[in-house]
Amino acid sequence: MGWAQRFKDAALTALVALALAFPLLGFRTTDIGDGFTTRFNWVAIATAATFGGRLLLGLVPQRFRLQQYAARYTALPQGKAVTLAAAALILFAILLPISPFGSRRTIDLATLALIYVILGWGLNVVVGLAGLLDLGYVAFYAVGAYSFALAAEWYGLSFWEMLPIAGMISAVAGILLGLPVLRLRGDYLAIVTLGFGEIVRIVLNNWSAMTNGPNGIGDIPRPTVFGMPIAPGAPEGVTTFNHFFDVAYDPLQRLIWLYYVCLAAALVINWFSLRIRRLPVGRAWEALREDEIACRALGLNPHTIKLTAFATGAMIGGFAGAIFAAKQGFISPESFNFQESATVVSIVVLGGMGSQLGIALAAVILATLPEFGRELAQYRMLFFGAAMVAIMIWRPRGLFTVRAPSVRLDQP
Amino acid sequence: MGYFIQQLVNGLTLGAIYALIAIGYTMVYGIVGMINFAHGEIFMIGAFISLIFFIVLGALGVTWIPLALLLVLLIAMVLTAVYGWAVERIAYRRLRGSFRLAPLISAIGMSIFLQNYVLLVQGAHEKTLPPLITGGFELMQSGGFVVNVSWLQLIIIGVTLVLMAIFTAVIQMTSLGRAQRATEQDMTMAALLGIDVDRTISLTFVIGAALAAVAGLMVTLQYGVIDFFIGFLAGIKAFTAAVLGGIGSLPGAVLGGLLIGLIEAFWSAYFPSEYKDVAVFAVLILALMFRPSGLLGRPEVEKV
Repeated sequence: MGWAQRFKDAALTALVALALAFPLLGFRTTDIGDGFTTRFNWVAIATAATFGGRLLLGLVPQRFRLQQYAARYTALPQGKAVTLAAAALILFAILLPISPFGSRRTIDLATLALIYVILGWGLNVVVGLAGLLDLGYVAFYAVGAYSFALAAEWYGLSFWEMLPIAGMISAVAGILLGLPVLRLRGDYLAIVTLGFGEIVRIVLNNWSAMTNGPNGIGDIPRPTVFGMPIAPGAPEGVTTFNHFFDVAYDPLQRLIWLYYVCLAAALVINWFSLRIRRLPVGRAWEALREDEIACRALGLNPHTIKLTAFATGAMIGGFAGAIFAAKQGFISPESFNFQESATVVSIVVLGGMGSQLGIALAAVILATLPEFGRELAQYRMLFFGAAMVAIMIWRPRGLFTVRAPSVRLDQP
Repeated sequence: MGYFIQQLVNGLTLGAIYALIAIGYTMVYGIVGMINFAHGEIFMIGAFISLIFFIVLGALGVTWIPLALLLVLLIAMVLTAVYGWAVERIAYRRLRGSFRLAPLISAIGMSIFLQNYVLLVQGAHEKTLPPLITGGFELMQSGGFVVNVSWLQLIIIGVTLVLMAIFTAVIQMTSLGRAQRATEQDMTMAALLGIDVDRTISLTFVIGAALAAVAGLMVTLQYGVIDFFIGFLAGIKAFTAAVLGGIGSLPGAVLGGLLIGLIEAFWSAYFPSEYKDVAVFAVLILALMFRPSGLLGRPEVEKV
C-alpha cells in the first residue's frame, strides 16, 4: 500500500469515527431540563486517535501483528500440564482462607468467583458441550435461589435439605422449557431462552404474594456445619458449632465455611462434568454440537439428547442459585437480570466453550475484575461487550484454550 | 366499543414503530442468515440522536416544528445509518463463514457494548423531551367514550406507510434491490455474477439502521422519555414481530409488527399491564413452536 492510499484509508476511517462520535459524544444532554453541554474536544481526540491508530496499524507488517502471537501465548498447556495447573489451582483455593490473603473481603470475593465458576461449568454443558446457546441461563439460577429461599421461609427447610431439591426443581424447569423449544434452530433457541429468562424475572418482580416482588426475600438461613449453625448463641436444644468445638464466635467462620461449601460443590461439579463427557450421553452432546444431521442418521434422538443437556445445565444453575441465596442471605429479582446471563455466557465464551480450566480462569477474572477500582466498574460491561466481539473475531474458539475433542480417531 | 377502537389506534401506532425496527431484523436475516442482536441498540441510538438534535436545533433557533422534524429525521437517519454500517464492518463482516453461533455471540457483545457506551456518554438518567406535536381530533364517540387520534399518531402511521412504499420500491425496482434479492438467494452465485456482495450487505445494514432511526425518532416524539435501556425490549419485540411475520419476509415484518403492537395494546387494556412483555414473549415462543416459518415466510430447508 502506498502512502497516499494509507492516508486516504485512515482519513475515511477517521471520518466514520467523527460521524459516530459527533452526536453521542459531542453533545451531553443534561439530566434535568432540556439543555445540553458540548464536548467537541472529546470528539476531536477520538477522531484524531482513530486516524493515527489506523495509519500506524497499516504500517505494522503482517508478521508483527498481535493476533498470531495472542494465539501462541494464550493457549493453555495440554495433557499433563493441565492436570498440574489444575492441581495447583485447587491447592491454592483450599489454602486461601488460611493464607495471608485470607481477609474477609478476599474470601467473600472468592466465594462469588466460585459461584461464577459453577455457573460457567453449568452453562458449559449446554453451550460448550451440546452447542445450544442459552441466553436465559440466569432463569435457572433464579429458580434455584428462590426455591431455597421460599422453602426456608415457609417450611423451615435447611440449606442441606434444599440443595438437592433446588437442583431438581431447576432441572424440571429446564425440561419444561426445553420440551417445546429445543426443536428450534440454534439462534432461535437463543432468543427464546432469552425471552424465558425475562419472563422469569418479570414474574418474580410482579408476583408479590409469592416472591415479595422487588423487595426480595431476606433472612435466608446459612449453611450449617453438619447440622450445627455457626452462631454466637443458639435457641434451646440446638448445639452451635462454636459451642461444640468450644471456639469463640467470629463472623469470619461463617464466611470461610461457606467458601469451603462452595469450593466442594465446584469440585464435585467439575468431577461430574469431566465424567459425564465420557459417558454415552456426554459423547452424544458433543456429537450433536458438531453435526445434528449426522447424529440423526446414526440413530440418536437429538431432542432427547438436547433435553438431557438442558436439564443438566439447569440443575447446576439451580445448585449455584441455592448457594448464592445462602451466601447473600437476601435475594431479589434484580440479581437475576439479563446482564447476569450475558456475564455467564461471556465466561463460557472467553473460557473456550468446553474447557473446564479455561472457564474457571475466565470466571475468576470476570468476577474479580470489578473489584479493581470502582471507576473501572462502570467500564466493565463496555469491556465485556468489546471483548465478546474481539474474541469472536480473533479467537472464536475461546481466549485461553483450543478445545480438544474428547475422543480422537487417530490416537495410536 | 369506543375503548376497543381507541386501543386499536394505539396498537397500530405502536405496531408501526415495531414494524420499522422489524424490517431491519428481517432484511439482515434474509441476506446473511444471522440475528442482528444489536439492532435494538441501533434503534436506541436513533432515539438518542433524535432527542439530542431536537434540543440542539431548539437552541440554534429552529423552532418551526415541521422544519425541525424534517431536519432531525434526516440527521438521525444518516448518523444512525453510520452506526449500522460500522457495526456490520467491525463485528460481523469477518465472521461470515465462521461457526454458526459466532455472529450471534458477536452481536450480543456489540449490543452490550453500545448500550454501555450510551450509558457512559449520556448518563443513566432518563432523558425527556417536552411534547412537540400536540393536539388531535375526535374520531368518534360511542357509549360515552371519546376516541381520540392525536396528530402525532397520524404522522407516525403516515410516515411509516410512506417509508414502506419507498422501501418496497427500492427493493422491487432499483439495481440495489435486485442485488439484494440475488445475494439473499445465493451469495456465492451473486458474487460470481459481479455483484459486490460486501457492499450489498453493508447497504442492507445501512437501510435497516435508517429505518430503526425513524422508529427511534417516533418513540422519542410519542413517549417523550428515553433511556439507554429501551433498545433491549424494543429489539426483542421487533424480533418477535419479524419471526411472527416470517423472518426474511418484508411484508411479514410489517404484519408481525402491527400484530405485536396490537397484542401489547390490547393486553395492557384488558389484562394486568405488568405482564404485557410476558404476553409478547409467549407469542414468540408459540409462534416458533407451531409456525417456525411465520405467517408469511417460507419454510427453511437445511441441506447437507
